Amino acid sequence: MTILETERLTRAYGGVIAVNNVDFQVEGGLITGLIGPNGAGKTTLFNNMTGLDTPSSGKVRFMGKDITGYPAHKICRLGIARTFQNIRLFKDLTVAENVMIGRHFKTGKDETKGRFLNALKSYIHLKEEENAIYDKALQWLDFFDMHSYRSELARNLPYGKQRELEIARALATDPQLLFLDEPAAGMNPQETEHLIRIIRKIRELGITVVLIEHDMRLVMNICDSITVLNYGEKLAEGTPTEIKNNPLVIEAYLGRDE
Amino acid sequence: MGIAEFFQHLTNGLTLGGIYALIALGYTMVYGILKFINFAHGDVLMVGSYAGLFIYNALRGDASLGPWVLIAFFLAMLASMVISALLGVTIERVAYKPLRKATRLAPLLSAIGVSFILSNSAAWAFGTNSKKFHYPFDNTPFVFKGVVITPHQILILSVSLVMMVILKIFVDRTRMGKAMRATSLDQQTAMLMGINVDRVISLTFSIGSALAAVGGILIALDFKVYATMGTMTGLKAFVAAVFGGIGNITGAMVGGILLGILETFGVAIFGIPSGLKDTIAFGVLIIILLVKPAGLLGKDEKEKV
Repeated sequence: MTILETERLTRAYGGVIAVNNVDFQVEGGLITGLIGPNGAGKTTLFNNMTGLDTPSSGKVRFMGKDITGYPAHKICRLGIARTFQNIRLFKDLTVAENVMIGRHFKTGKDETKGRFLNALKSYIHLKEEENAIYDKALQWLDFFDMHSYRSELARNLPYGKQRELEIARALATDPQLLFLDEPAAGMNPQETEHLIRIIRKIRELGITVVLIEHDMRLVMNICDSITVLNYGEKLAEGTPTEIKNNPLVIEAYLGRDE
Repeated sequence: MGIAEFFQHLTNGLTLGGIYALIALGYTMVYGILKFINFAHGDVLMVGSYAGLFIYNALRGDASLGPWVLIAFFLAMLASMVISALLGVTIERVAYKPLRKATRLAPLLSAIGVSFILSNSAAWAFGTNSKKFHYPFDNTPFVFKGVVITPHQILILSVSLVMMVILKIFVDRTRMGKAMRATSLDQQTAMLMGINVDRVISLTFSIGSALAAVGGILIALDFKVYATMGTMTGLKAFVAAVFGGIGNITGAMVGGILLGILETFGVAIFGIPSGLKDTIAFGVLIIILLVKPAGLLGKDEKEKV
């Protein structure tokens, strides 16, 4: 079943067309890779699907519902989470607090509606709710073998752990669909191995994963399906084997052999 | 200086500082979230004071003292908080929100424009004469062991203390307060955590503006209400916010109170002529910018390349 799809999605910045008429499908329960040379429009496509940017034209549908132009917080509440290419943690909060923030705005219905009584209620119940959120956050940290880091400030974590913490925080929003923007960037081989195991475990939880990645070993290793972008357009899609042998893809990456 | 004299100046300084702190909170909260100085904040204070004055006068009628006058005063203060909050939110929607993606200078200039529009409109609508804001109580001072304290000062100290405690609890302990803190740390990421950032910004403006209205009314009891009353007060509260560390809520409270104390003691101890009292605040601003640009409680941020 297709969980998310874009229909002729285009994003132009003035005369520069970053994403051009892209039809992109994500199958539920699978790991989909989004690859392509630098500047191919991968992150722009991510931004347009997660509400950080609005398409110039075209549609985004999530579980059959048109979510084009929805603000990011609404998309988050519908069940889509993401991480960033450059790590964007709350660096001065502890590891546990980072994960808790992901959890916080998910528990009630629409807490930020700012109703006075709601605020009052949340004050009274905050302690027990806070404890429940803390326990849940620790569970996610266990999932990443990061329990022992829980009281460290996020900025003091080793690089690879910071990347994983960002994933843990995204998972805490309880998504059905998780976007990872270059999760292995800057990781050493051991950290990448650990990350691969984690992404597989995330799929086992029933969460659909879409990832942008330049590490081809990782992509070919864990993706069930791959879409290739080049100059803002969809170049190819298929299984890792199909993509590996596709002459168009090889040309885009290596250039034409004259 | 004797002990009584010391405590006298301390009382006066704390009172002045309490008001600065209330107003500084509006600057610092908005800066914390939008990284921009709302130069129209002082004029929101002025509009709030006018609103408070008119409602107060309408409610109390001919009565000048008595329990009803006191009730009318607090009702007027509440109403003026609501009016200022609405004004603050409206200004943000109309003059700042459309510029959120523009250069950082654009909303700043827009704010200065709003400031002039508000103060000129007030002068046009209400005249340029200052209007007296009658005390809702008998302001005969108490003398306590040689220290003179007026009921007005007690009002200022208690109201500003209560407001600051409520604000602190709200920001630290409620979920909405958490949303505010997360938004000030990283707006985009906060959005992706399910926080409605537009609502957080509106809330920030309404809280800041409501506190400014309270500050304005408290000042007006001593210094009357007039169209440009927000200018100097606003600037000094801004200095207080920078002094304490702009963007930091506790910093604004500490900065405001310290600035009030510095001004009072500056005149009393160092013999700075009281006509030059205002220069103390701006002298402090220059020194703090030279010595600790991030302010007393601010963190020195190193730009990462």
